[in-house]
Amino acid sequence: MNFDKELNARGLSCPLPIVKTKKSLVDMTSGQVLKVISTDTGSVKDMAAFAEQTGNPLLSTVEENGEFIFYMQKK
Amino acid sequence: MAKKMAIIATKGTLDMAYPPFILASTAAALGYDVQVFFTFYGLQLLRKDLSNVMISPLANPAMPMPIPMPVMVQMLPGMESMATMMMKQKLKKHGVASLEELRDLCLEADVKFIACQMTVDLFEFDKSEFIDNVEYGGAATFMGFAGDTDICLFV
Repeated sequence: MNFDKELNARGLSCPLPIVKTKKSLVDMTSGQVLKVISTDTGSVKDMAAFAEQTGNPLLSTVEENGEFIFYMQKK
Repeated sequence: MAKKMAIIATKGTLDMAYPPFILASTAAALGYDVQVFFTFYGLQLLRKDLSNVMISPLANPAMPMPIPMPVMVQMLPGMESMATMMMKQKLKKHGVASLEELRDLCLEADVKFIACQMTVDLFEFDKSEFIDNVEYGGAATFMGFAGDTDICLFV
């Protein structure tokens, strides 16, 4: 999937993946896609909850080699 | 209009310092307007230097220890520093942010910190020991915001 910006959140625990995702989205424009890589298992539910509450669509969540990769579109 | 969350932070130990900062930074990331009211021992969390925020194994039977430790041992000098060091190492190993980092993230996200004026006076704290981004007020100041929140927590 194409993306405009990547956030490496490997090794970080709650709430850092969410807080850093929010910070990354701030300087992006509407429609752009942010790729987030996390190793925190809790981030799967949390990213979905973040997307639902903030209205930024979570386009996809995949697990690859113990890492979670999220594609989030800025609303 | 943005949702609102208010937290009253009353504890000054390492374990109890985390919930207010974690919840405040997360809520701010979700778009909440957040205020944290620090009172009694919670005021310790506003000091510029957080190295005195510690955890004690004493009277803390729920704290996981590498080996069983009788209370008589827990009360020995240096045990508090040792437990604090071990806890900080554990937090770091698991990628949990430091208190300073979480507090900075809160401030960056415009979380408002209010220090309870009465307890600042009671404990004779010097305001110069606290970080700059703090407002001072009393219970009524807090109610002005808390009365209109979606989430209100006492920690």
